[in-house]
Amino acid sequence: MLNPDLKLNPKLFDADVEQVPIRKGFGQGLLIAGDSDKNVVGLCADLTESTQMEAFKKKYPERFVEIGVAEQNLATVASGMAAMGKIPFMSSYATFSPGRNWEQIRTTAAYNNRPVKIAGSHAGVSVGPDGGTHQALEDMAIMRALPRMVVISPCDSIEARKATIAAAKTKDPTYIRLAREKTPVMTTDETPFEIGKARLAFIPAGGKKAEVGIIATGALLYKALMAAKRLESEGKMVAVMNLSTIKPLDEKAIIDLSNEAKALVTVEEHQIAGGMGSAVAELLASHHPTPIEFIGVRDLFGQSGKPDELIELYGMGESHIYQAVQRVLIRK
Amino acid sequence: MPLTDEKAALLAKKAAEIRLSIIESLIEAKSGHTAGPLGMADIFTYLYFHALKHDPKNPSWEYRDRLVLSNGHICPVLYATMAHAGYFPIKELMTLRKLHSRLQGHPHRDFLPMLETSSGPLGSGLSQTVGMAIADRIDSGRTSSRRFYCMMSDGELDAGNSWEGAMLAGKEKLHSLTAIIDRNNIQIDGFTEDIMPLDPLADKWRSWNWHVIECNGHDFRDIDRAVTETWAVFDKPTVIIAYTIPSKGIPEFERKFEWHGKPPGTPEEIETALRALKAIRTMGGKVESTRP
Repeated sequence: MLNPDLKLNPKLFDADVEQVPIRKGFGQGLLIAGDSDKNVVGLCADLTESTQMEAFKKKYPERFVEIGVAEQNLATVASGMAAMGKIPFMSSYATFSPGRNWEQIRTTAAYNNRPVKIAGSHAGVSVGPDGGTHQALEDMAIMRALPRMVVISPCDSIEARKATIAAAKTKDPTYIRLAREKTPVMTTDETPFEIGKARLAFIPAGGKKAEVGIIATGALLYKALMAAKRLESEGKMVAVMNLSTIKPLDEKAIIDLSNEAKALVTVEEHQIAGGMGSAVAELLASHHPTPIEFIGVRDLFGQSGKPDELIELYGMGESHIYQAVQRVLIRK
Repeated sequence: MPLTDEKAALLAKKAAEIRLSIIESLIEAKSGHTAGPLGMADIFTYLYFHALKHDPKNPSWEYRDRLVLSNGHICPVLYATMAHAGYFPIKELMTLRKLHSRLQGHPHRDFLPMLETSSGPLGSGLSQTVGMAIADRIDSGRTSSRRFYCMMSDGELDAGNSWEGAMLAGKEKLHSLTAIIDRNNIQIDGFTEDIMPLDPLADKWRSWNWHVIECNGHDFRDIDRAVTETWAVFDKPTVIIAYTIPSKGIPEFERKFEWHGKPPGTPEEIETALRALKAIRTMGGKVESTRP
């Protein structure tokens, strides 16, 4: 059942669940952050509307810098502004930023310890028809490898809004991963959010122990919840964790879940190599070796198609999660 | 403040001291870059001892001018100049490139927070300085008194990020920004015009709407003419293309690109370097050292 403590969207499992692009929450959050702190500035690389910076640009034109199609400049100018006390939010598509400008982010934001906030939109195959060049599948891997970098992958637009507001208040260089398409709104304004905190969105009814744990990040949390609902109806005790901060990991929450369930499935719209599942596996291999099945992209690039077609084609749908649970239960 | 004859002579002596410190630190480190630091010693000396608004005893002074070193590998000249200016003890220069030293092989703010930025990977300093100048304009408007200097190499102009920064600075009309290019014509693999031709370099900058000044990077009067001219430019960033001699001060090493990335290593090389620089420092024994 949905964890009542999280005050999730009561219509979450309805066929007409509200759907909003995650990136929209970033745009709303940036505006709120800008209202409360005049040092918040925005920089964009010719994708202002698409990355949802338009509202900030309109309200605060003097605090917005249009960089043009130059992602290396985007990162380094942002770092220079941070050196003068600004809290720069820079946005582009994730394949370009942090894809193209990773070294500039490494040296001038992370190594320099500047509070540069990087919004990488259009992550995952669910970008759809634009095709593989525009579908970031490696961004979490390259960002979580950077010392100091905080990596957040919100599950919906409301969580993205909260993550953006929270990121504006820290001194850490931070990566926020966003998606293009409309995805189900799972959380509400009342759902708690804290950077670095993982929470169980779905728990076994009646206070029973989970026999399998699903750890999901980003919009695929919805597919994980759908799979959990089906498994619950078949009598399985399932817990689903929303792991929205990939770095720093909420180690205690993950170890607790692993201790309880002793079998895990990780779910992410990202390469399996180096992503969230890898982060979980690195932790548990040291602390609590646990069988894990990984849902994600298996060393492939994306292609054009409809978002749902691509999620299915690359093995990240509800049925794939359901089957992964069956596989991992055999391995217990 | 005008550059008097007395001040110019003092700067020349100071630059000689700084060159000797550079080479002593490199010899002790047994690795590092020789040509660029020696070539830029006069300009660094001029900036730190004449032009910059700064306070070595209060490095985080809010209204200081910012000097960003983009080509981080010439940091021995930055470190030596800062030490001579009073930011930290001169003897600390002998820790260059050693374990736990504040003087990392390429500058790192974690170790030496008084640096404006960390650098090493080339081509990224200009756009950071552009970001600083834009942020300053947001806070203080177009008449802000702070100035922003970016020290660059000619070789790093191969990198697209340099030109991205140049284009944005032109668009934003950042007259508080001055880029100073060490036009020494060498990079690691050879002469710049053989590796990747940059000329006509001044025209490139003009085409991005920059004010361009060329100067002799070893003549304090000419450096002064160039830098003070930047202060009179409005609504345009300025680039100073400073013609310099790599390894300036050690005739046997001058102009040779082989000295880009190594220190004097053999006993003969060490002797050659020290003899040449000590001779300059005392003008062949005719003047007193300025070192305290």
